[in-house]
Amino acid sequence: MPVIETHNLERVYQDGSQVIKAVDGIDLQIDEGEFTAIVGPSGSGKTTLLNLIGGLDKPTGGQVSIAGENISDLSDNQMINFRLEHIGFVFQAYNLIPVLTAVENVEFIMLLQKKSKVERRRRATQLLEAVGLGDRLDKKPGELSGGQQQRVAVARALASKPDFVLADEPTANLDSASTANLLDIMARLNREENMTFVFATHDQRVIDRAKRIITVEDGKIKSDVKVDH
Amino acid sequence: MILKLAWRNIWRNKRRSLITAASVLFALFFALIMRSMQLGAYENMIRNVVGVSTGYIQVHAKDFWDEKTLEYSMERNPSLEQKILSTEGVADVVPRLESFSLASTGNATKAAAILGIDPQKETEYFDFDNGLQEGEIFAENGKGILLSEGLAEYFKLKTNDTLVLIGQGYHGVSANGKYHVNGVVKLRSPELNKRLAFLTLKEAQFLYGADNRITSFVVIPERENDFPELTESLRTGLDTAAYEVMNWREMMPELVQAIQADSAGGLVMLFILYLVISFGIFGTILMMTSERQYEYGILTAIGMKRGKLALTVVMETFFLSLLGVIGGGLLALPLVLYYHYNPINLGGGEMGDAYEEYGFEPIIPASIDPSIIFTHSTIVLFISVLLSFYAVWKIYYLQPVKAMRS
Repeated sequence: MPVIETHNLERVYQDGSQVIKAVDGIDLQIDEGEFTAIVGPSGSGKTTLLNLIGGLDKPTGGQVSIAGENISDLSDNQMINFRLEHIGFVFQAYNLIPVLTAVENVEFIMLLQKKSKVERRRRATQLLEAVGLGDRLDKKPGELSGGQQQRVAVARALASKPDFVLADEPTANLDSASTANLLDIMARLNREENMTFVFATHDQRVIDRAKRIITVEDGKIKSDVKVDH
Repeated sequence: MILKLAWRNIWRNKRRSLITAASVLFALFFALIMRSMQLGAYENMIRNVVGVSTGYIQVHAKDFWDEKTLEYSMERNPSLEQKILSTEGVADVVPRLESFSLASTGNATKAAAILGIDPQKETEYFDFDNGLQEGEIFAENGKGILLSEGLAEYFKLKTNDTLVLIGQGYHGVSANGKYHVNGVVKLRSPELNKRLAFLTLKEAQFLYGADNRITSFVVIPERENDFPELTESLRTGLDTAAYEVMNWREMMPELVQAIQADSAGGLVMLFILYLVISFGIFGTILMMTSERQYEYGILTAIGMKRGKLALTVVMETFFLSLLGVIGGGLLALPLVLYYHYNPINLGGGEMGDAYEEYGFEPIIPASIDPSIIFTHSTIVLFISVLLSFYAVWKIYYLQPVKAMRS
């Protein structure tokens, strides 16, 4: 069964008298363990598609199913709960809570899941060690580099044991070394733990590492290519 | 962690938080000082009235309070006394006989209010002996007279000098007597301090030919603040066709009105003060909410329920105000305590004269009633929580995608 499935997905915006179809009838299936990049120029609809898959936005037509469950009809509160339990997010930047330390940021998501303190600390430490930040547990985001912050965000995205991770331009503010390091970690997690990653990006460095590249233009899928590395 | 998050969020913009907390601190500080002084002044007025003057509650014969003559005195009836004493909430009763006489010595003559008292009880409940300037408080069967300071000064009398009282007693009998001055007492109420003299109850009854008669029973409540309820209980228990039960508010309605009018003015000032800090707090909440739209969007996106996020923001505002409240309280407390024990003396000034004219001691002590700090701290905290509902409202209508684009 696919982890993510969209059927005739549509997102239409009204801008004055103009109707903008940001996502225009997309049918898509992403299976467990994929490392997929959704690419396209600015305004192509890739972020809107990612937001619809992540339940951050509501479709105006069609539906999104996550692990077989149609999420398009969930209420706001149900959707928040669903995101917490099933989806990990990594955003472009500044997506950590600035007043919490690295380990607290990772723990935070498990706190929302009402996990015990001992379990939270154990898993958060484990995940931060896995992303190479075992020695930065007690540092606040302001004391970490951009690359380190994104690695904390990846650890946090994985903390809730999601079905997949959505990453919206995760490398946009990173230098080459940090980007390579972050992508190495994600690729390893994908390879070793079969974690599904879906990126919305126009960063060639990410596209080069993706195993599947979906190109979106004018809200439609223009191409969908599987790549062997 | 929610608590930790709220607390740490306060310190993200240290300067702004400190300014907001400081505005709360100063507002509460001024509110506490203002209200303590105001209520302290009222407490002083009430103390003046309920002390030697009326007590908290009095039981008289019907119509005595309107006529205030010995013809409306009542027999000191043990069963009535017992009935009052057995009412729940009554600690004791103090009998009094009050009338007027002309006091004279040498060529000087002046009208004086004469109060026949039980010296032991008056001393016990009204700190009667505290104001003793010279001589001594007489024993229960003492024969002398105690003069108020003003009266003693008027007649230039000292202990063991002699004073003559001339007047009319019960049923029109002639009431004349000659008394040795037993002592001089300073009374809190300047008005009473000019014209009051004390005899023992027995001596006053003898002087006025009112054997075993009294004009009032002053009721001592177990808890002073319960006097309104106690008044009602006494009214229910006593024969209201023969007796009237009045508390100090009913006996001194003009004082109650003056306090209410003055208090309303104070409350208007406080309202303005709170309005000013409300704008300060609201400004902070407004900036905080607008600055953190992106963060709120992220938190909702990763699965933080709006209710929890709203709670964090409310707690942040609450903590911020709590800092100001604690600071304001700590700053005001020493000053309030100082002015409680060292009241502002208005003597000699215009305001002091006005106080004396109305029969009050011309001082303003600060009230140390804990309800003042509790009430005003609660008001400030309530205002801040109320204002934080703006942020709550924003959070409830937040669209994560839109917020993250901000």
